Amino acid sequence: MSELLKMTMAEARDGLRAKAFSSAELTAAASSAVAEARPLNAFITETPEQAAEMAAASDAKLARGEGGALEGIPLGIKDLFCTKGVQTTAGSRILQGFKPVYESTITAKLWAAGGVMLGKLNLDEFAMGSSNETSYYGPAINPWRRGNDDTKLVPGGSSGGSSAAVAADLCFGATATDTGGSIRQPAAVTGTVGIKPTYGRCSRWGVVAFASSLDQAGPITRTVKDAAIMLREMCGYDPKDSTSVDMAVPDFEASCGGSVKGLRIGVPKEYRIEGVPEEVDHLWDQGIAWLKEAGAEIVEVSLPHTKYALPAYYIVAPAEASSNLSRYDGVKYGLRVDSDDLTTMYEQTRAAGFGREVQRRILIGTYVLSAGYYDAYYIKAQKVRTLIANDFTAAFEKCDVLLTPASPSPAFGIGEKSNDPISMYLNDVYTVTANLVGLPGIAVPAGLSKTGLPLGLQLIGRAFDEETLFRTGAVLERAANFTGKPGKWWA
Amino acid sequence: MSEAKRAKTIEGMTGPWEIVIGLEVHAQVQSEAKLFSGASTTFGAEPNANVSLVDAGMPGMLPVINDFCVEQAVRTGLGLNAQINKVSVFDRKNYFYPDLPQGYQISQFKQPIVGEGEVIVDLPGGESVTVRIERLHLEQDAGKSLHDQDPNHTYVDLNRSGVALMEIVSKPDMRSSDEAAAYLKKLRNLLRYLGTCDGNMDEGSMRADVNVSICKPGAYEKFRETGSFSHLGTRCEIKNVNSMKFVAQAIEYEARRQIDVVEGGGTVNQETRLFDNKAGVTRAMRSKEEAHDYRYFPDPDLLPLELEDDFIARIKASIPELPDAKKARFVSEYGLSVYDAGLLVAERETAAYFEEAAKGRDAKAVANWIAGDLFASLNRDNKSIDESPVSAAALGEMVGLISDNTISGRIAKDVFVIMYATGEAPAKIVEEKGLRQVTDTGAIGAAVDEVIDANPAKVAELLKKPKLLGWFVGEVMKKTQGKANPQAVNDLLRAKLGDRIGE
Amino acid sequence: MSVDEKAVRRAARLARLAIPEERLAPMAAELTGIMEWVEQLNELDTDHVEPMTSVRPMRLHRRADVVTDGGYAADVVKNAPSSEDNFFVVPKVVE
Repeated sequence: MSELLKMTMAEARDGLRAKAFSSAELTAAASSAVAEARPLNAFITETPEQAAEMAAASDAKLARGEGGALEGIPLGIKDLFCTKGVQTTAGSRILQGFKPVYESTITAKLWAAGGVMLGKLNLDEFAMGSSNETSYYGPAINPWRRGNDDTKLVPGGSSGGSSAAVAADLCFGATATDTGGSIRQPAAVTGTVGIKPTYGRCSRWGVVAFASSLDQAGPITRTVKDAAIMLREMCGYDPKDSTSVDMAVPDFEASCGGSVKGLRIGVPKEYRIEGVPEEVDHLWDQGIAWLKEAGAEIVEVSLPHTKYALPAYYIVAPAEASSNLSRYDGVKYGLRVDSDDLTTMYEQTRAAGFGREVQRRILIGTYVLSAGYYDAYYIKAQKVRTLIANDFTAAFEKCDVLLTPASPSPAFGIGEKSNDPISMYLNDVYTVTANLVGLPGIAVPAGLSKTGLPLGLQLIGRAFDEETLFRTGAVLERAANFTGKPGKWWA
Repeated sequence: MSEAKRAKTIEGMTGPWEIVIGLEVHAQVQSEAKLFSGASTTFGAEPNANVSLVDAGMPGMLPVINDFCVEQAVRTGLGLNAQINKVSVFDRKNYFYPDLPQGYQISQFKQPIVGEGEVIVDLPGGESVTVRIERLHLEQDAGKSLHDQDPNHTYVDLNRSGVALMEIVSKPDMRSSDEAAAYLKKLRNLLRYLGTCDGNMDEGSMRADVNVSICKPGAYEKFRETGSFSHLGTRCEIKNVNSMKFVAQAIEYEARRQIDVVEGGGTVNQETRLFDNKAGVTRAMRSKEEAHDYRYFPDPDLLPLELEDDFIARIKASIPELPDAKKARFVSEYGLSVYDAGLLVAERETAAYFEEAAKGRDAKAVANWIAGDLFASLNRDNKSIDESPVSAAALGEMVGLISDNTISGRIAKDVFVIMYATGEAPAKIVEEKGLRQVTDTGAIGAAVDEVIDANPAKVAELLKKPKLLGWFVGEVMKKTQGKANPQAVNDLLRAKLGDRIGE
Repeated sequence: MSVDEKAVRRAARLARLAIPEERLAPMAAELTGIMEWVEQLNELDTDHVEPMTSVRPMRLHRRADVVTDGGYAADVVKNAPSSEDNFFVVPKVVE
C-alpha cells in the first residue's frame, strides 16, 4: 500500500484519472501512514474519517469523469489554516480546542479542487520559529537522520509538520505559510520543494495571522511540478482579503518543462555570508554551474542592504504580531484562566496560553511600537524595507531571477539552538528578504551535506513571476537529480 | 463679536475664570453595513445577531472597507468646508477591553480622510460664531458592555462592533456651555441635511467627548495668537456624553470643579471622566486611570485609502443645499427675517415643509403659522413635523384662504385647531362650519349701527380715548360670530363715527 | 538600547502578559540582546527614504454597502469560554 504514497502528486493525479487506483485506496494508505508516523509528531490532529468521506466523494466524481485538478489527492494542512469544525490550534495552547465555524479561503479552494484532508499539521506556535520547537504540541521530527546517528533533528520551521509529512511520504503535498522563510527553509532541510508566491497571490482569509504584511501561504511538495499543480489551486483573487491581488493565475505546471536558455541568473554577492558552512556555498556554486550548463547567463548582482533584512524583520514581524495576537484574550474562544478581575484574567490567560518565544515576540513588538520608540524602530524598519525593495528593483534590471542558498545549514538537532534566539533567527538569513518586499521564492532540493542531510537552493523572482521560478526550479531539479529518501526509522 | 465678549466668565474666590471647550463628536455613519464587514448596522437586534466573523475578531479574519462609508465621510467633509485628503491611512489603536474583540480599533491617526474645516454656529441670541474643525476621521465602533445584568460579570454584545463612526474633532473654540450645545445642534443638523448620520442621540448614533479646561481672562487670546496650549489650563475629557442637555450640564459642573481644585491649591490632572447624568456630576474613570499607550501603527491588513478626483467630484455634485445657504435664500427669496429663517432651517424637514407650504402663498404668513401655532401644537404633543396632522399643502391652502379674504385671521385660528385635530382640508371646514367671512357691507353696516346705538356712553368716550375703537370692532365681530371682515368693520366704524373719534 | 526590568514590566502590562518577577531580569537581558542586534539599522541613513506603506503597489479594494453577513449569534459565541443567551460573559468590569 505504501508504494502508492511514493508517487508524485502528478503521478497520483494521473493514476486516479486512469482509475489505476481509487482515492479511497490512496487515502487509506495515507491515513495509515500518518498513524504509523506518530513518532514524527507531524500532525496535531488526524482526520481519517473525514478523509475517507472526502475520498469516497472524489471517487464518485472520478467515476463520472468529473473532478478538479486535485481530485482525490490526500493533503496535509498546516494547523494555521482554519478548517470548519476541525480543531485549529496554530500550535498554541491558547487555541486548544478551537473549532472554527468557517473554512479558510485556501483550504476551501483545495477542497473545491478535490483535495482530501488527512489532518492538521504541526508548526511553530503561531508560526514563530524556524525549527518547530516552539509548538505547544511538541516538536515535529525530521524524517532525515545523520546517517546512523539517531539524534532527533528538526524539520525546519515554522512549517515543520508540513515538511516532515511530505518528506516522509505521508501526503502528496501540504499547505504551509511563510513569514520569514517558513516554507522554504523547512523544505530545504527535508529535501522537499517549497514555494512562497508573491505577496497577494494567496488569500490570507482564514489563515491565523502572524505578521500581516509578511505572511503568505504556499505548498510544500516533493517535486517542482507538484508545487506548480498545488499552488495553482491555492492562488486567486479573494475579495475578502484587501491585500489579495486581482490577477489571472497562470498554468504554472506548463512552465515546468521550459528551457532557461538565455535566462539571466543573478548571483547576489552579499549572500556569501561569513561563518556559513563551506558545503552551503559549494552547493550554491554547483547550482550556478548547472544553470550555466543549461544555457543560462550568470550575472553577479548586488543587494547591498541584505544584512539589514533580518534586523528589520525582527522589528516589523513582532510589531505586527503583538497586535495580531491581542485577540487571544480568553473572551471569545480558546483558553481562559479564570479570575474575578478582568485584567488578571487577561494576564494569566495570555501567560498560560502563549509559549516563551511568542511571549518574547509580543514583548518586542509592544516595545518597538510604544510611545517614544515607534519612529526609531518601526518607521526605521519600514524605511529599510524600501531600501531593500530598491535593491531588488535594481538587481532585476540586470537579471531575471536570483539564485541563492535556501538555508545556512542542514537540519540541526532538537535543542541545539533553542537557547539563543538570535542564532535561531539566523536560519532565515537567505529567505527573509523576499518576505520584506513580497517577492516569490522557491526552495529546491539540490544535494546532501557531509552528514547525509538534504540541502536546498533558493530562486527569488520578480513580483508575480512565479512562472520563471518553476521553469528554473525544474531545470535545477533535473540537474541535481535529487533522489535521496530518509530511512523509514519510525515504523 | 470679539472673543473676550464671547467668553462667559465664572466668578471664583480668586476672581473671574473662563471656560475653554473642544468637542470630539462620534457620529455613526448612515450605512447599511459596517465599516469593514458585511454585517448589518440596524439598531436593537438580538445580542450578537449583527455580528460577522470579522466583527467578532475570529482568527484569520480580515477587514474590507465599505465604499459608501468612505463616500459619507467625504460628503461630511465637504459639508464642513473641509480639506479632503486624497490619501489617508488606517491605523490600529491597540488596547484591551472586552467589547474590543480584535484587541485594537481600526482608526485613522496620522493621516485622516478629512482635514481642517469649519462650522458656523448660530447662537440663541441670533448671533453666530465660527468653530474650527481640526479633522474628521473614520473608525470602528466598539461593542457594548452590560454591567448591570449580573453582580459579578459583564455581558458583552458585539452588535455595534465595527459600525462606522466619523470622529469630528473641533478646535478648542467654544467658550460656554451654550456655545457647545449650539455647536452640537448645528453639527447634528448639518449631518442630517447631508444624510450622513441620523443624529439620533438616544440610540447612540451621535455622542460627544467633551474637553474642558479653565483659564484666566486674557489667556485664551494668547493661546489663539500663539497656538500654544501652555496658555490654557490642563484639560479633562468627559467621555461619551449623549445629549445636548448633558453636554451643557457636564461642562458647567466640570468647570466649577476645576476652579475649586485650582483655587483650593490643587492641580487639575489630565484625565478621562464620566458624566453621571443622574447625580449631575463628572467623575474619574477607573478603567482609564492607567497611563495608556495605544501603539498606533498602520493596519497591515489594509492599504492606504486613495480617493480619485472624480469620486470626490461626484459626491460634491450630490450635496444638497445646506442650512447656511438655505437660510440666506429664505431671507432673500421669501423676505423672511434672519431669525425666522434660522428657525425654519434648523431641521431639514421643517425647511422642506415650509417650502412646500409657501409655494404660491404669502411666505411670511406661512412662516409665522409654522413658528407659531404649528410648533406650539407639535411641541405640546411631542410630535415631529413629519408627524404633523396638518400637511404642508393644507397649511398653505389655509393661508391662501386668509389672503383671498375667505376667512379672517381670527377665524383661521379656529380652522387650524380643527385641521390639527381632524386632518381635514381647510376649505371643507370653512364650508361645513359656515365660517366664510362676511364682506357684505350692508350686513356689516347693520351690525355696526346696532353697536353704536346701544352704546352712547362709549361713543362719547371715543373722543378722549380713540383706542376704544378696537372695543367697537370686537363688539361688531361678536355680533357677526367673527365672520365679518375686520377691515370692512374698521372702515365702516370710522365712516359712521367720523370726527367723534379723538386724535 | 538596553531594555531594563521596568521596560519589560511596562511592555508586559500593555500586552496583558503576566510575567513572574524572577523572569523579568532574564527577559530584560534577552530583549536587550535582540534590541542591540536590530540597532544595526542605525548604520543606515534613511532620512530621505519613505517608509514602505504597502508591500505591492495596489489600489485598496472597497466593498459595496450591502448586508451580506451576520445572523448567526450562536456560532459567534460557540467557542467562547463563557457565554449566556448569546452574550459573551467576562469578569465584572469597573468603568
